[in-house]
Amino acid sequence: MESLTNKKKVLEAKPLNFWERAYLPAIAQGLSITIKHFFKKPVTIRYPEEKREFSENYRGLHSLKRDEEGRERCTACGLCALSCPAEAITMIAGERQPGEEKLYREEKYAAVYEINMLRCIFCGLCEEACPKEAIYLDGDIVPSDFLRKDFIYGKDKLVEAPLNQ
Amino acid sequence: MELALVLEKFILVAIIFGISLVTAMYSTYAERKVAAFLQDRVGPNRAGPFGIFQPMADGAKMFMKEEIIPTQSSGLLFIVGPSLAILTACIGSAVIPWGQKLTIGSRVIDLQVTDINVGILYIFGVVSLGVYGIMIGGWASNNKYSLLGAIRAASQNISYEIAMGLSIIALLMLTGTLSLRQIAEQQHGFWSNGWFTWNVFRQPLGFIIFIICAFAETNRSPFDLPECETELVGGYHTEYSSMKLGFYLFAEYINMFISSAVMATLYFGGFNFPFMHHLGLSENLVTILGVVALFIKIIFFIFFFMWVRWTIPRFRYDQLMDLGWKVLIPLAIANIVLTGVFATIFK
Ligand code: SF4
Ligand code: SF4
Repeated sequence: MESLTNKKKVLEAKPLNFWERAYLPAIAQGLSITIKHFFKKPVTIRYPEEKREFSENYRGLHSLKRDEEGRERCTACGLCALSCPAEAITMIAGERQPGEEKLYREEKYAAVYEINMLRCIFCGLCEEACPKEAIYLDGDIVPSDFLRKDFIYGKDKLVEAPLNQ
Repeated sequence: MELALVLEKFILVAIIFGISLVTAMYSTYAERKVAAFLQDRVGPNRAGPFGIFQPMADGAKMFMKEEIIPTQSSGLLFIVGPSLAILTACIGSAVIPWGQKLTIGSRVIDLQVTDINVGILYIFGVVSLGVYGIMIGGWASNNKYSLLGAIRAASQNISYEIAMGLSIIALLMLTGTLSLRQIAEQQHGFWSNGWFTWNVFRQPLGFIIFIICAFAETNRSPFDLPECETELVGGYHTEYSSMKLGFYLFAEYINMFISSAVMATLYFGGFNFPFMHHLGLSENLVTILGVVALFIKIIFFIFFFMWVRWTIPRFRYDQLMDLGWKVLIPLAIANIVLTGVFATIFK
């Protein structure tokens, strides 16, 4: 067939010459290549002690943000849950009572907010959907655990630490 | 026989046995480390500093594993297989001269368990017995993959034993003796009468044939077809679990150790090292340094085994047979003829 890419190369199977058929020179060559690698620096990153540098827009663990005054931004609109292709997010909304203005920014807030980290595919769509800039995937890798139930992260793990007074 | 001699031999046997087992244990660790380094990795590094205790952890794991004996297997033979493999691997070390004589007080201690005058033949015999362990294990498993692996091992060993034996004949024409101690002593020092004393410089072709056959005899890559994972699941030890599997794997490493020792003794001067008698050291010190020299050579060969394993892929089975029958055997015969001619001319 006519080559469309200009990369076509016709290879001929040449009969091996004596030294090629003798195997040993080729094996010696191979050995010399591997021994060079013996003295090279290993490329391994020793994970728990050492960490690979994440890129700027790496999508890690979610965190629920607070605003400048330390109030939770999330208003439990459910858009994140709706946009989530993996259906990893569930929440129960609560109404802000008088006197809780310091805790929640909006009148409606998420009383329960859970993300199942085993379902989540870290696509970042929740982050994009949120009208309140309340959720960001700016955390670390999800740590390992033994039980499935421990991978359902509630507000205790998701919400940012309160601002220092 | 006096009691002291029995005691002395007993201690020597115990030490050699211990050393072979420890070397085999640490070969498993070394294999993983060498593989890792050759592939720019780190290798096991969790158990102790640099993963030094990894072999112990592996051993403990092997013992803890569930012992499965398939119901369709032939019970007794299934157990005999690995036992025979490890037994034959261990008894090969009896005739290897680990060093010269050590003098303690008035006692002269021979650092060799026994200097029988058919040393090489003994090693050959033991090595050929080794294939029974594999053969019986593969047969008793009653599994087609195991059986195929066992058949491969048997036919491979038989084919390469011929070339190995022929390459040894050329060596024996020069040494005139079968005793490993005498062969080692003939290679005294490093240089005399205008030529190297080590046999590798007098038998280069013979050595190449021997080392290729040694790879095949120990079932090491590129000749590890008996346990070829891509075709045979696990080869002859597919059905084995727990320490029985451990014994098979262990036997391979002990075999590697013994064949390294044999190669070092036959071709690389055994316990001899350059200038051993020009340094003005006491006899005992020279002996001890000789033992160290032998072990350095052995470790080098073990490293070489691993180095080759992680460099080249395994042969196809017909290529393996081609190489054995059509290349190595004619070459070995030619080597005998050449050796005869040269020995007559340069007598
Ligand atoms: S990152 Fe994607 S999958 Fe994970 S919770 Fe957000 S929307 Fe769902
Ligand atoms: S995190 Fe954002 S999108 Fe999700 S419920 Fe809260 S406010 Fe709505």
